[in-house]
Amino acid sequence: MDSRITDKLTILADAAKYDVSCSSSGGKRKNENKGLGNAEGMGICHSYTEDGRCVSLLKILLTNYCIYDCAYCVTRRSNDVKRAAFTVQEVVDLTINFYRRNYIEGLFLSSGIFKNSDYTMERLVRVAKKLRQEHKFNGYIHLKTIPGASEELIKEAGLYADRLSVNIELPTERSLQQLAPEKNYAEILLPMDTIKQQVVQAMEEKKLFKSAPVFAPAGQSTQLIVGASAENDHQILQLSNQLYQDYNLKRVYYSGYVPVSSDSRMPIITAPPIIRENRIYQADWLMRFYGFSVQELVDEQQPNLEPDIDPKLAWALRNRFIFPVELNTADYELILRVPGIGVKSAQKIVSARRFAQLNFDHLRQMGVVLKRAKYFITCQTKSMLRQEFDSLQIRNKILFGDGAKPSALLRQQLDLFRQAG
Amino acid sequence: MYSYTYDGSFEGLLTVVFEAYERNAWPTGIAQEQFAQPGIFGETIAVVTSEQKANRVWHGLRKKLSVTAQQALYHTYLWEQPGFEQLIFDYIRLAFAQEASIEGNYAAPCVLQVQQAARQVYREKHRMEAFVRFRKTADDLFYATISPDYNVLPLIVQHFEKRYADQRWAIYDTRRRYGAYYDLTATSLIELELPHQRHATLHAAALHGEEDKYRQLWQVYFDQVNIPERRNPKLHLRHIPRRYWKYLSEKQPRTAH
Repeated sequence: MDSRITDKLTILADAAKYDVSCSSSGGKRKNENKGLGNAEGMGICHSYTEDGRCVSLLKILLTNYCIYDCAYCVTRRSNDVKRAAFTVQEVVDLTINFYRRNYIEGLFLSSGIFKNSDYTMERLVRVAKKLRQEHKFNGYIHLKTIPGASEELIKEAGLYADRLSVNIELPTERSLQQLAPEKNYAEILLPMDTIKQQVVQAMEEKKLFKSAPVFAPAGQSTQLIVGASAENDHQILQLSNQLYQDYNLKRVYYSGYVPVSSDSRMPIITAPPIIRENRIYQADWLMRFYGFSVQELVDEQQPNLEPDIDPKLAWALRNRFIFPVELNTADYELILRVPGIGVKSAQKIVSARRFAQLNFDHLRQMGVVLKRAKYFITCQTKSMLRQEFDSLQIRNKILFGDGAKPSALLRQQLDLFRQAG
Repeated sequence: MYSYTYDGSFEGLLTVVFEAYERNAWPTGIAQEQFAQPGIFGETIAVVTSEQKANRVWHGLRKKLSVTAQQALYHTYLWEQPGFEQLIFDYIRLAFAQEASIEGNYAAPCVLQVQQAARQVYREKHRMEAFVRFRKTADDLFYATISPDYNVLPLIVQHFEKRYADQRWAIYDTRRRYGAYYDLTATSLIELELPHQRHATLHAAALHGEEDKYRQLWQVYFDQVNIPERRNPKLHLRHIPRRYWKYLSEKQPRTAH
């Protein structure tokens, strides 16, 4: 076997893995030219790594040579690692051959910055163009936009890519200056704005002319590193919220900082902050699908999410006056806020109660987690509880009571602390 | 007490529904002919599949149910778990008995169960779309075997047709011993007289010269994207339970290269 290409793949997949974005959904590219691939509808996770993350795309760097020296980044200039670079053709061949065997949904191509931003961006665009035009490839393509790349190149990238992303990485300008001195917020937010404008414009044109070209139909996303700088959860979530609103982002990804760097600018940690990352994702979901605002989850007084209970339960315990909720009559929006009831169960409840008065057996069968929900609901004015509990009691019962499963992750992290201590 | 037997096809099952209504004799058991055990009590009715009768039931249901609900019934048929025939019958009977659509009435056991069965089948379908791994043969056919928990092959054909319009491919269900073959224009269902093997593997000589290279590159890729500091075996197994590993090239032992 060709050991050169194996070496390159080893180096350039390894360097790309800290980018957590894996989504391959939201594309609308149909296979209408009898070509290869189809990216309409939802994405597919073809495999999962041993750390439990989805493998959906061939996620690689074009090269890990880089002129920048960002402290949190494994490919920073001053780091002593093996360097490599793919040719455009090598990336195309890998993508096509992996795709044909149903290993992947498509390509996620990023790169270290060699020579300058435009030179790098131009190469990324060339890979995508070649796949689309020469190979009639309709699979998913996610391109990273290189900070500082010209508007023309970003516009061209959007014609071939399904999704574009610009990583903010650090939640405040101050941290960015400390840890990534060559970057600045303006350089990151400018392409984000260009992409947003182009997406909106393309959608407007599509309404008028069916044949108008699409622009990054799966939208744009970004990533924030958690735990590499001093920001609290409130600052992080406020930034995400702002990004969702101002730039129509599809996703903000959060990446718990993995200690890849011995750079003196970085905090010394032994393990990535997995629980914190998880709680932030939960809060992000609550904002996007459950109608919660940032202020309801964290504020200036309580700037961080609680590590040992999820933010929805935490909110419910702080707002006991809203409960119990009578499931046979309450609004859908309120039912969604009950701990132990997710979107699916809430929809079933609202649907089923048109036919019959619901009782707790119905709920159990629908998949409601009663061991959590029972503290917050009534059915036909009946409660499952024989006595009243205060917030602290409920919290303890859910965490340590009968059938409570302390999170495996929590246990793992506590073990790590013990080892480190 | 009436127990019905049918030929195992979906049309056959719908014919049973038709017969039960015509005779006004509700089934106490429905089973495939070859598995049916003659009962001591009651009557056994051997139903002969009739496309016309099946169609009448199906069209009748269309007036009562949405396409999604009809699809869920078909999925419940492909579910193949004990009691699925009776479940489908109960659902259809309830649908015909009610003035309004019964969809969404999750307080009725058969409605909830059909929804849950359909959901399981749908998830298995989705898993197969994800976990099928083609191997390229010397004559440029992309070949994969599966043995899904539920009979989802008919459901995944369309997905692969759209995706791999420009390559010949075949997927073979080793448990149910039939497969789908796409020849660049259309897909046909085929039955092969292969020896009964759970892992119907291809001979190394039958593979394309580049097959091994890309299989190994994929293994290299899979090993590299893992972040050891974040190891979480429980989550890993929840996403890909062990019974699916046999399909996955990345989960096979590494050969020295």
